[in-house]
Amino acid sequence: MENNLSQFFFSGIATGAIYALIALGFCIIENSTKIVNFAQGDFLTLGGMFMFTLLHALHVPLILAVLLAIGATALVGVAMERFTIRPARSKETVILVFITIGASIFIRGAIKILWGKSPKSLPYFSGDNPVGILGARILPQSLWIVAVTILVFLILNYFYRNTRYGKAMRAVAYDRRAAALLGINVEKMVMLSFALAGGMGAIAGVLIIPITTMTFDMGVVLGLKGFAAAVLGGYGNVMGAVVGGLLLGVMESLGAGLVSSTFKDVIAFVILLLVLFIRPRGILGRGEGERV
Amino acid sequence: MRSLRVNRLVLLFVALVVYALPMVIKNPYYLNVLNIVALNALVVAGLTLLIGYTGQISLGHGAFYAMGAYVSGLMAIHLGWSPWITTIIAMGITGVVATIIGIPTLRLRGHYLVMATLGFNLIVYILLVQLDDITGGPSGLPGIPSYTIGKMVLATDFRCYWLIWSVTLAGLLLSINLIHSRVGRALMAIRESEVAASCLGIETWKYKTRVFVLSAVMASLAGSLYAHYMTFISPKTFDIFYSIEVVAMVIIGGMGSLWGALLGAAFLTPLPYLLHFFEEYKDIIYGAIFMGVLIYSPDGLVGEVTRFYRKKRLESRLRELEG
Repeated sequence: MENNLSQFFFSGIATGAIYALIALGFCIIENSTKIVNFAQGDFLTLGGMFMFTLLHALHVPLILAVLLAIGATALVGVAMERFTIRPARSKETVILVFITIGASIFIRGAIKILWGKSPKSLPYFSGDNPVGILGARILPQSLWIVAVTILVFLILNYFYRNTRYGKAMRAVAYDRRAAALLGINVEKMVMLSFALAGGMGAIAGVLIIPITTMTFDMGVVLGLKGFAAAVLGGYGNVMGAVVGGLLLGVMESLGAGLVSSTFKDVIAFVILLLVLFIRPRGILGRGEGERV
Repeated sequence: MRSLRVNRLVLLFVALVVYALPMVIKNPYYLNVLNIVALNALVVAGLTLLIGYTGQISLGHGAFYAMGAYVSGLMAIHLGWSPWITTIIAMGITGVVATIIGIPTLRLRGHYLVMATLGFNLIVYILLVQLDDITGGPSGLPGIPSYTIGKMVLATDFRCYWLIWSVTLAGLLLSINLIHSRVGRALMAIRESEVAASCLGIETWKYKTRVFVLSAVMASLAGSLYAHYMTFISPKTFDIFYSIEVVAMVIIGGMGSLWGALLGAAFLTPLPYLLHFFEEYKDIIYGAIFMGVLIYSPDGLVGEVTRFYRKKRLESRLRELEG
């Protein structure tokens, strides 16, 4: 039983790290525009698909393929901002959010045309011999995922707190006009944040394509899980995204292992709702004073 | 804002068009699409009250649509009760559930409210799929009885057209009256500023909960009508994509207007049928149209119609002055 528990816990951490990476993508867009980018999950699928083509059809070396996949998806993010968000006549949140839903439908349709409906799979980065940790057996790929998530979290945290660009982005989210008056190039910052979010999605996609086979519509479910994780932790909070992601992953895994695997999502979402009812701004979210 | 009289006149005009259409359109396939338009319009009208007038968002109304369909369908099958009665019972049960869900949920704002309502929809959807000994699971629930009036069974697209559109028009009338009442003004005050509204003595949470419940009950009614009209339901119809689609209808139609609800439903419902022709390209075309309307016409279709009408009037005035 104890071994089982630690098995459930660690596999939950591995899944949760993926949710955390997706949640960080949501977080980046929130921290420059205050909108929810529902195409985030599709960035993940795109990243995985680019990786598949680069490795499989073009036989590019692994590291280079990873970098190229991230770069290509970042470009898609930039294109999305340039052709949908920037020309939007209304900057109202609801409308921008629904534009991202339209973009998500569009990207998914494009993936279906370019890569077809059949699932795509790739070998693990470093073999498939499980590693033993505290009685649990973990795939090396899961360790990659956790390590990358930690690294990305540290970099983003540093970026937002200590760099000019990071601070400028947060300023844009806080007040577009005031940021522009301070000489910040608002459009450039928003575009950069979409590039970052695209890259972040691709990182998640590249990491999970060896574990779960990739299909064109995979981004829907994973995107929702990432969104749920971001909300759970406190929307827009970098630390919150990681905490929310790991918690969601562990809850699902424990729910599936101890209660019922068919209802694991129900359990996770019920807990999410209960947390929101008690803490309406997520676990780490701070209540902002509302201007009247 | 248009006056009550203008809105009632528009409704009268819409009703005339609606009741005249079956004289021209006899093809059951088109009538079927029009019936779905009406059902969506009913859901969207309720959502317009919630989103457009009160400023609260819900991406979970597919769940209430599902409750109307499944509660009424299952009761009519297993208890053998008249579908009219089970429809009303389903509305009552949905109302109670919406109250229980609404009170804690409507305290949330922005993205948190979006997630909570989405989460609720996901939970209901998974239950519909997994509790297959009750709901029939993913393969669906067949054999739902149709509505009957005396000896007449409302089993054809043509007969259901009259029933469904009448209910939808009644729903629109009710919504118009509501907007032009004290309650309607309170809702709009909440949309503009919750703090200001509560300072004026409006009990915001009460109004928010009530309009949420009203919109849920309207969705439930539409769901029951759908179930007894199609006589077969499956969870696929009630997933989060449905919830997203109806909110998209609210926005694309024009958020602050009930006529927007009707236009949004009339525009987005048939779109996938029309795009079927493009086969594998239908998704990207749908996505592009969806984005295009939102990018270039944020006031929605109603905004375009109003602008067109104003321009015409201005031109005719100018001509008068010149001549």
